[in-house]
Amino acid sequence: MALTKADMAERLFEEVGLNKREAKELVECFFEEIRTALEEGTSVKLSGFGNFDLRDKSERPGRNPKTGEEIPISARRVVTFRPGQKLKSRVEAYAGSSEQ
Amino acid sequence: MTKSELIELIASKQQHLAYKDVELAVKTLLEHMSESLATGQRIEIRGFGSFSLHHRPPRIGRNPKTGEPVALPGKYVPHFKPGKQLRQRVNGEHQAGR
Repeated sequence: MALTKADMAERLFEEVGLNKREAKELVECFFEEIRTALEEGTSVKLSGFGNFDLRDKSERPGRNPKTGEEIPISARRVVTFRPGQKLKSRVEAYAGSSEQ
Repeated sequence: MTKSELIELIASKQQHLAYKDVELAVKTLLEHMSESLATGQRIEIRGFGSFSLHHRPPRIGRNPKTGEPVALPGKYVPHFKPGKQLRQRVNGEHQAGR
């Protein structure tokens, strides 16, 4: 089972003492403010977790994999996530159940 | 934008909450997310994206100074895939219903 916003709100209710409505709103607000910053072209750096950066990609040739037809992939801006050192070392230690 | 700027921004929008509570809440959220990935559990946030682990197989590396081969064990690395709404908003595609 994946971690969801509902799980995060539940944790804020238990550990921070926000009521259920406040907890739900806070989780929503957290992700919305990150989206808004990125939408405005601002990268987001969360120390200990990682950085959300923006990259501008130029147009490149692509292909419809079904028909083999050549179609250009238009220039676009994309989000990339670079995990921080702390998160990387915590994850690296995960022995894995080989399901991921 | 840094973590403390994000905390200030959220506190300014959630005026009924004390700044200290917002600060603790944001730190708790990030810890919860890190903890989830550290135990191999993916994270799925609709409209934002998903975080999962990608496996890196074991390989033979080299000590750059001596050129000596070093066996490197396999490992997991965090991976983020942006969700549709985030992808569209960042790319300036304004969609209804966001």
